[in-house]
Amino acid sequence: MINLYEVEETNKMVEQENLDVRTITLGISLLDCVDADLDRCLDKIYQKITVSARDLVKTGEEIAREFGVPIINKRISVTPIALVGAAACRTTEDFARIADTLDRAAHTVGVNFIGGYSAVVSKGMTPADELLIRSIPLALSRTERVCSSVNVGSTRCGIDMDAVKLMGEIIRETAERTAGQDSLGCAKLVVFCNAPDDNPFMAGAFHGVTEGDIVINVGVSGPGVVKTAIEKVRGENFETLCETIKKTAFKVTRVGQLVAKEASRRLGVPFGIVDLSLAPTPAIGDSVAEILCEMGLEHVGAPGTTAALALLNDQVKKGGVMASSYVGGLSGAFIPVSEDQGMIDAVSAGALTLEKLEAMTCVCSVGLDMIAIPGDVSAASISGIIADEMAIGMVNQKTTAVRLIPVIGKGVGETVEFGGLLGHAPIMAVNPFGCETFIRRGGRIPAPIHSFKN
Amino acid sequence: MKKAIITVVGQDTVGIIAKVCTYLADNEINILDISQTIVQGYFNMMMIVDRSASKKHFADVAAELEELGTQIGVVIKCQREEIFAQMHRI
Repeated sequence: MINLYEVEETNKMVEQENLDVRTITLGISLLDCVDADLDRCLDKIYQKITVSARDLVKTGEEIAREFGVPIINKRISVTPIALVGAAACRTTEDFARIADTLDRAAHTVGVNFIGGYSAVVSKGMTPADELLIRSIPLALSRTERVCSSVNVGSTRCGIDMDAVKLMGEIIRETAERTAGQDSLGCAKLVVFCNAPDDNPFMAGAFHGVTEGDIVINVGVSGPGVVKTAIEKVRGENFETLCETIKKTAFKVTRVGQLVAKEASRRLGVPFGIVDLSLAPTPAIGDSVAEILCEMGLEHVGAPGTTAALALLNDQVKKGGVMASSYVGGLSGAFIPVSEDQGMIDAVSAGALTLEKLEAMTCVCSVGLDMIAIPGDVSAASISGIIADEMAIGMVNQKTTAVRLIPVIGKGVGETVEFGGLLGHAPIMAVNPFGCETFIRRGGRIPAPIHSFKN
Repeated sequence: MKKAIITVVGQDTVGIIAKVCTYLADNEINILDISQTIVQGYFNMMMIVDRSASKKHFADVAAELEELGTQIGVVIKCQREEIFAQMHRI
C-alpha cells in the first residue's frame, strides 16, 4: 500500500517543485471540413472544433482537482490549414478569415491557444501552401490565440530553400505588423524541420495527416523536480547523476500518462501520446538552465553545456519511455530563452550566445526557441539562421525549430517583455556578416545520404 | 474499491481527526488506514479511504475537505490514489 513518504514526495513535487501537466491538447482533424465555398468551410470548422472540444476545459479542471496535479493549459491542434483551406482560399485575406474562425472557436471553448495555422512544405510549396505562408503576418496580427508553424525540411526530403527564404521575410513582416506589442506575433510562429505530427506543445502544435479524427495528447513538465532530485547527488559521478534524472523523468511522465488516460476516457477520445518534455516557465525553480547549473556549470553557455544538455535530454527520454505506453511529440529538454529565468540570466551575464544555443540544439529536443534579436536584422540573415537550424535537424534526423523574434525598434542589450508564460528576454546579437547571395539561390537542398536506408 | 488519499498538514490542535472523520462518516467514505505523526508541533496525517459508497462527486469532496481544512487552520488535500500508485509503482 502507498505510504506516507511516497505521498509526501509526490505532493512536494507539485507544491514546491512546480510539477505540472503542462498541456492537454486535443488534436482535431479538419479534413472533413474542406469545401470549395469559403463560408461553408468556415462554418464546418467552427462547428467541428466547438463540438469536439466542448468539454475539454471542464474535464481538464476536474482531473486536476481529483488528482491534485495542476493542468496548466488546455489547447487544440488542428490539421494544417494549408490543406483545409486549399479548395476555398484564393487570397491571403481568405486564409486569414480561417484564422479568425479558429480564434473565435478557441474563445468559445475556452482554450488559450489553437495551433495548426500551418503548412508542411519539406519538398515544395503548392499555391495554397504559399498563400497560407504569405497570410501568416496578417493572421497573427489580427488574432489572439492562433499559433502558426511551417515545416520547411525533413531528413527524407531535404530542405525547401524557397520556403526558408520566404520564412525569413514572413518573420520580419510579422514582427513589423505586431511592432506595437514588441513583435509578439513572432512568438506564435515556428519554423520546423522534421516536425512531429502529434506535438502537444505550442506554438508548433498541429494535427498531422497521419493522425486519426480526434486524439488526446498530453505534455508533461517538471524541470524543478529534476533539479531538486539532482541537488541530492551533488559531487557524485555521472552514473549516479544519470540514474537520478532517469528515475525522476519516469515519475514525472507517469503523471502525464495517468492524466492522458483519464482525459481520454472521460472525453471518449482516443489517447495519442505523452510528450515527456522538460518545458520551463519564467517562474523561479522551473528552469532547465538551473538543472544544467546544478550539474556543475557556472552559467549555461559555459564549456561543457552541450554535454550536460545531451545527457539531460537522453536520460529524460530513457526514463520517460518506460513510463508511458505511447511516447511522442518532441520529448526531451526545451531550451527557450525568454521562458527560462536561468537562460535569461546566462544571456544577461554574457555567458550564452546565439552560436552556443545553436550547438545546444544539436542535442536538445527542439531548437532555437523564443530568442529576441535586434529589429534591424535582415530577412536574409533570419533565413540563414533558419537554414542552419534546419540543416542540423535534417542531418541528425531530429526535430529542430526556429522561433525568433526580431523586435522592431530595439537593439542588443535592450529587453523585451512578452508577459505570462512567454516571459521576457534580453535581445541577443546576431552575426553581422551577410548571407544574402546564398539565400537568394532558390530551389532546395537535397536529402542527406542516410535517407537511402531502404 | 475506489481509493483516495487524504493528507492533513498543519499546526496541531484539538479535534482535527474528529472533524475530518465526522465529515467522512457523513459522506459515507470509509477509512481503511490512518498514519499520523507530530513533528515539532506540526500535525501530519495520511488516510487511505474508500469512496465507493459515497454519492457525492469526488471533486466536490476534495473541495469541501479543503474548505474544512481552512476552518480548522490546516491544509487538507484529498486526491485519488492512482496518482501515487502510478508514480511509485511499476
